[in-house]
Amino acid sequence: MSEETLLCASGLSLRFGTVPALLEVDAELWPGEMLAVVGESGSGKTTLLNVLSGRLRPQSGVVWYRDPEGRLADVHAMPLPALRALHRSDWGFVHQNPRDNLRMGVSAGGNVGERLMAQGSRHYGRIRAEAIAWLGQVEIDADRVDDLPRTFSGGMLQRLQIARTLVTHPRLVFMDEPTGGLDVSVQARLLDLIRGLVSRLGIAAVLVTHDLAVARLLAQRIMVMQRGRVVEAGLTDQVLDDPRHPYTQLLVSSVLQA
Amino acid sequence: MLRTEALDKSFTLHLRDGLRIPVLRHVDLVLHAGECVALTGPSGAGKSTLLRALYGNYRVDAGHIWVRHAGAMLDIAAAAPRLVVQVRATTLGYVSQFLRVVPRVPAIDIVAEAARGMDPAAARARAAELLLRLNIPRWLHALPPATFSGGEQQRVNLARGFIGGHPVLLLDEPTASLDDTNRDIVVGMIRDARARGVAIAGIFHDTVVRNAVADRVHEVTPLLDAA
Repeated sequence: MSEETLLCASGLSLRFGTVPALLEVDAELWPGEMLAVVGESGSGKTTLLNVLSGRLRPQSGVVWYRDPEGRLADVHAMPLPALRALHRSDWGFVHQNPRDNLRMGVSAGGNVGERLMAQGSRHYGRIRAEAIAWLGQVEIDADRVDDLPRTFSGGMLQRLQIARTLVTHPRLVFMDEPTGGLDVSVQARLLDLIRGLVSRLGIAAVLVTHDLAVARLLAQRIMVMQRGRVVEAGLTDQVLDDPRHPYTQLLVSSVLQA
Repeated sequence: MLRTEALDKSFTLHLRDGLRIPVLRHVDLVLHAGECVALTGPSGAGKSTLLRALYGNYRVDAGHIWVRHAGAMLDIAAAAPRLVVQVRATTLGYVSQFLRVVPRVPAIDIVAEAARGMDPAAARARAAELLLRLNIPRWLHALPPATFSGGEQQRVNLARGFIGGHPVLLLDEPTASLDDTNRDIVVGMIRDARARGVAIAGIFHDTVVRNAVADRVHEVTPLLDAA
């Protein structure tokens, strides 16, 4: 068991006007671990994801990332090119809307291969082979490799986005409602896919979701947010089965039993 | 293998004006290798609460839960969440009353992925062996258990709990929805595990099962009078 955190944030605060989006938030993530951030819309969970990944600067607080050589870097003090390089290689970001990440005018294979090329791969045959292999991993037929993403269904687009994100073998993936907006039948398949890939590749992930069942199935640890604060955190099953904070109790008791 | 010290547990229901329900007070329980302890007591006394606390699923208000993990005694009531994850992976196994899994995953994969220290092929072979021993016919292995009967789901759950070979096993009503034949199979598996030195704590409402597997009982007494 590695004792060193991959990502460590402390005292994160950010206000939009008078609205507090984050209030004194601390978060830690260890290699190979999945952390879920739950809460209703407006609780600050997506803001937290954006701040942790350096996409949004907090008004106070710091986010430390430990690179593969063990060096700590302050994510918000990094020069922009270094942060971009991080997002291209060590990190991945899975958006709720795959169109925010995919290039809709480029073929499916091109979308996957592009991340490899951004990392310096130049051999066309190898890039194409790798892209096809990754389409297979996310259960997209190889004969769709030259098709444009706009001919894909919502579930396929989400799987394509996951292939594009994971092709560079990131150590850390940020996911914003990866199963949101999908049919439940597609959701189940995607959940299993994400879980399998993340555990097989040993990827660490921060997963933002409003769906407690998704958090339970994917994440070992959970943070519950309300109005910018983390009101409860711990083992996922512990927090969901024995919630202590009034807000967590409300969330858990409000879930419909299917 | 496992020892609790002055365990206290209560629930505070914030949605019911902060109603506080005490469930466990000063629970001292000792569990040795190769023995099976049955938690007994009337319904609502807190047997499941105690079992869940032992697994780290419920948090306790006070006291310690010492578990022999990696050669040393570790208090999982005070351990960091990620350490509890480690303890569950290698030391503590738990079979709940209900199966909760990712939808559309075949039964055999659900069982195989709970195996430890085996390559995928060996894990699948072992999973098939356990499922067959539990009377889940081979043609069901490739199907997701969502459509299975209650008893079949329970047996998939048991296979998943036993495949890990954990030195400490916690069982919550393992035979609740099983017929006599399957109940006897599960009794056999529990006795085999006990003979291998596994320390077992469980809730067994069925007295036949309890008498067949338990070396002794630990009485859980209700704190609040039902009246």
